[in-house]
Amino acid sequence: MALILALAIGVLAAAGTWLLLRPRTFQVIIGLCLLSYAVNIFIFSMGRLKSAAPPVTAAGLEDPALYADPTPQALVLTAIVISFALTALFLVVLLASRGVTGSDHVDGREPGS
Amino acid sequence: MTVSALLLVILALPFVGAVIAAALPRHARTRAAVLSWGVALFSVGCLALLWPRFNDGEVLRQTIPWLPSLGVEFVLRLDGLSWLFSALVLGIGALVVLYARYYMSPKDPVPRFFSFLLAFMGAMQGVVLSGNLIQLVVFWELTSLFSFLLIGYWNQNPLAREGARMALTVTATGGLALLVGMVLLGKIVGSYDLDVVLNSREAILADPLHLPAMGLILVAAMTKSAQFPFHFWLPRAMAAPTPVSAYLHSATLVKAGVFLLILMWPVFGQTPMWLMVVSGAGLATLMIGAWCAIFQHDLKGLLAYSTISHLGLIVLLLGLGSELALIAALFHVVNHATFKASLFMAAGIIDHEAGSRDMRKLSGLIRFMPFTAALAMVAAAAMAGVPLLNGFLSKEMFLAETLAGADAHPFALLLPVGATVARAFSVLYSLRFIHTTFFGAAPTELDRIPHGPPVWMRRPVEVLVFLCLLVGVFPAVTVGPFLHSAAVSVLGYDLPYYSLAIWHGFNLPLLMSVLALGGGVAAYLVFGRRINTNPRGGPWGPKRLNGGYLFERIMTTASRGAELTVRTLGAERLQPQLRLIVIVSVVIAALAGGLTGGLTSGRGGVALAAPGGAPDLNTLAFALLWMVGGACAVAAAWQAKYHRLAAVVLMGGAGLASCLSFLWLSAPDLAITQLVVEIVTTVLLLLGLRWLPKRLDTIAAPEAARRRARRRRWIDLAVAGVVGAGLATVAYAVMTRPAVEGVTRFYVEHAYSEAGGRNLVNVILVDFRAFDTFGELTVLGVVGLTVFALLRRFRPHRDSLSDPAQKRMREASDDAAAGRSGGDRLQDTLLIPRVVMRWMFPFIILLAVHLLLRGHDLPGGGFAAGVALSIAFILQYMAFGARWVEDRLSIRPLAWVGAGLLIAILAGAGAWAYGRPFLTSAYHYVDLPLLGRLPLSSALVFDLGVVALVLGSTVLILIALAHQSLRRPREDGAASPGEGP
Repeated sequence: MALILALAIGVLAAAGTWLLLRPRTFQVIIGLCLLSYAVNIFIFSMGRLKSAAPPVTAAGLEDPALYADPTPQALVLTAIVISFALTALFLVVLLASRGVTGSDHVDGREPGS
Repeated sequence: MTVSALLLVILALPFVGAVIAAALPRHARTRAAVLSWGVALFSVGCLALLWPRFNDGEVLRQTIPWLPSLGVEFVLRLDGLSWLFSALVLGIGALVVLYARYYMSPKDPVPRFFSFLLAFMGAMQGVVLSGNLIQLVVFWELTSLFSFLLIGYWNQNPLAREGARMALTVTATGGLALLVGMVLLGKIVGSYDLDVVLNSREAILADPLHLPAMGLILVAAMTKSAQFPFHFWLPRAMAAPTPVSAYLHSATLVKAGVFLLILMWPVFGQTPMWLMVVSGAGLATLMIGAWCAIFQHDLKGLLAYSTISHLGLIVLLLGLGSELALIAALFHVVNHATFKASLFMAAGIIDHEAGSRDMRKLSGLIRFMPFTAALAMVAAAAMAGVPLLNGFLSKEMFLAETLAGADAHPFALLLPVGATVARAFSVLYSLRFIHTTFFGAAPTELDRIPHGPPVWMRRPVEVLVFLCLLVGVFPAVTVGPFLHSAAVSVLGYDLPYYSLAIWHGFNLPLLMSVLALGGGVAAYLVFGRRINTNPRGGPWGPKRLNGGYLFERIMTTASRGAELTVRTLGAERLQPQLRLIVIVSVVIAALAGGLTGGLTSGRGGVALAAPGGAPDLNTLAFALLWMVGGACAVAAAWQAKYHRLAAVVLMGGAGLASCLSFLWLSAPDLAITQLVVEIVTTVLLLLGLRWLPKRLDTIAAPEAARRRARRRRWIDLAVAGVVGAGLATVAYAVMTRPAVEGVTRFYVEHAYSEAGGRNLVNVILVDFRAFDTFGELTVLGVVGLTVFALLRRFRPHRDSLSDPAQKRMREASDDAAAGRSGGDRLQDTLLIPRVVMRWMFPFIILLAVHLLLRGHDLPGGGFAAGVALSIAFILQYMAFGARWVEDRLSIRPLAWVGAGLLIAILAGAGAWAYGRPFLTSAYHYVDLPLLGRLPLSSALVFDLGVVALVLGSTVLILIALAHQSLRRPREDGAASPGEGP
């Protein structure tokens, strides 16, 4: 399980990084999304993996070993929302840049021009 | 009022007045002037009340803790010296305010002017009242800053901007030197308290660091007091309004440097370096200033250079090292302030009423403004040092001191000669000032008929000139006590004998004075005509040695160097920058890993072999999930350039895989949030697709460019591979190690007992770490508003304006078919989805409420509820279009954003009412009919704020994007405001 998730993080991060380095704004935005998946799962995995653990505490059962670590989960939950905000902001900047410069290159002008 | 209150008032009142003046409306000239005048007069009154308390050498102190951990305190300190300077600052300030009321044009934003002027007054007060070295530096820099604002007040004038910039650069550089010097001094003494420093002369001089400290402090004083070689900023500062020149550049600001020198005199006063540097700079400034003043054609230029020369005189006196010279310097500070301020005001009156300051155009003005002419003549005579006026007395003392110090001083013989020549020069330029302006034929080149000034504009000049006369005739009774108390606070009680009398008998200084007066008059008679018509308007002398020229050269070289650095080290293009950032982070991460041995040491290291035993079905299914997920991610990366829609869909696939993993690995909250956010992100990207340019993969590039692109891709692929492999390795290494308990136990044990919730994640978000969540909320709100602001002015590019091909084809086929019209097919296609979507609206709202209410105990919560709610709105937009929805629903996302933040703040602030810290939550279980037992906690209110804000931001962003299709470019053809002029 851990190996699979680690490989998944690796693939997502590699695909995201590759897109981040591409010249077109749309590639970069997709790359940012993929990268944020990778990072979210990475942070989540820092709390170790536990399947079929109860999601809520029950009265009398207050041993932390019974539950999945909630701290990284709380971090990731806000990270998901913030990365959505980032994507939205980037998309708007992308569109504004396209409207102003007429190009969807990350530099705002076509290479060689 | 008590002493400490009075001290605070004379420091703080000008700043308070400045703030009030800044708030006045633009045209409130008289109100601002009355306010400023009141402030200045009241402060003068308070200062006068303080006078009797220390005329016997007492020091008043008032200490307020400021940075106690650094040993820095805010100390107000008033002694005879600072009283004298404070009186100059406030007294002349009051006169200048009165004068400025009539000088400033109602067309200018005059309240701003008075606001700056008062703030400057406060900063000057801060300098002279500081009892702490660091505090002194802070106020010193404030004076630079406000003088910058005042010089650049007419900011439409490029000369004013340039002069202000130069003054700020020079004096603020000096301020920086002062800071370093003061810190060194504080280090040597072990205290930043001024009184401690002043009493530690032996300790300071024993330390080898005292030389750099003194050098830096001297640089600061010389830049501020416009001493050679830093004198060049002062004439350029004459672009300021004349009241500013009268106040800052003759009476106060430039005297701050002199004040600093006098303040430091007891510590450094008689060291060899001080004598060399201070007297050298003073002598050079005295001579150069006087020489340059002779040739100016601009009245204010002449006065500026004469100010430089007089400041040089004062500094030279301070560099002579004798106590009598220091008293003479103090005396001349007062005298110079009075006659120079009145001369500047007179020059301002001439400029105001005759419309020119050019001496070549002015002549015979005595006919038009006889009173002003008389006043200016008296003041100019004081400047020239004519007997029975104050200038004569201090200049006489100056000549006597140059003679007395002649045998001990390094510049022995030069001093008396230089002093006499400079005095003759001052007679020459004073005479020229008066003669060319007021005498001769009536002016012919002016564009208006000159007339006398308003009476109240002349009053301040009258007061000052009267003071010149009074001091000149009765020196001992008028300034005597003040000079005495100032000198006592610098030199201690054993003052040397000095006499403030007009007549000292026939002696050498008197002879020198007579020589200088006669020489000056004679020189004007002989060379006057040639100087008056000199076309250059500047002195004869080498141009390259001009400080202003050198300054410009340095600035140009510096900016060229900056450009060169940017060109060689900077990259304009984003891709190389990003690549560099990624590579550097990878290298640093690898180094950190290698240094700490994180991956190899420790238990087991990276175990690449899977744990023993055959993989079970669960693991196989999980592997399958990620085979699909990983394939989606790679395919999205592949297709993102040419098939954007496919890329969006594939990206959604990868997102779904991570969402399922969260569910699989016991994180249902994350799964829910990820799912709803995924939906919204996809819709967002789909909305954006419409405005991107069409991209075809058939563009032929030249072979060389293709090769370059290929090479770049290989590098990027390698970088991406390394990043992925590294992250996977680290993740695997962590996951195969036993967990660290950390704070988890605390959360598990206290979630129910203290926060009344069973859903740990939600409790952390809305209770334990609610302040973090509050920060995230603010970020989200700001992003929403930013998007709104960006898109409000945005117009799409004209390429993407025409309808998409599918729509055109559909409409064409509709039009071609009999009995149908454009848009019918769309109606048909959407018929069923529309009904479904419409009816989903209430149910999604219900779901959102459900998610919110159960959030504290079961998976759910505000974030998920908010995003889900926004999906309800998006569906309506998708089914019916923006216009239809907005005709029926009034959606005000901006209000939602504001309400959400307010609710969150109120929920947190509620805790204050019970004496608890911000965001402490209280809870209570209640039984409600129908809904059952519900936890009602203040955290739920906070979560409600989360819902409102998330909903508002998300809907705001989506609507802003959706509205783009309703827009058209502006009529003038500009594609967007960004291209407009």
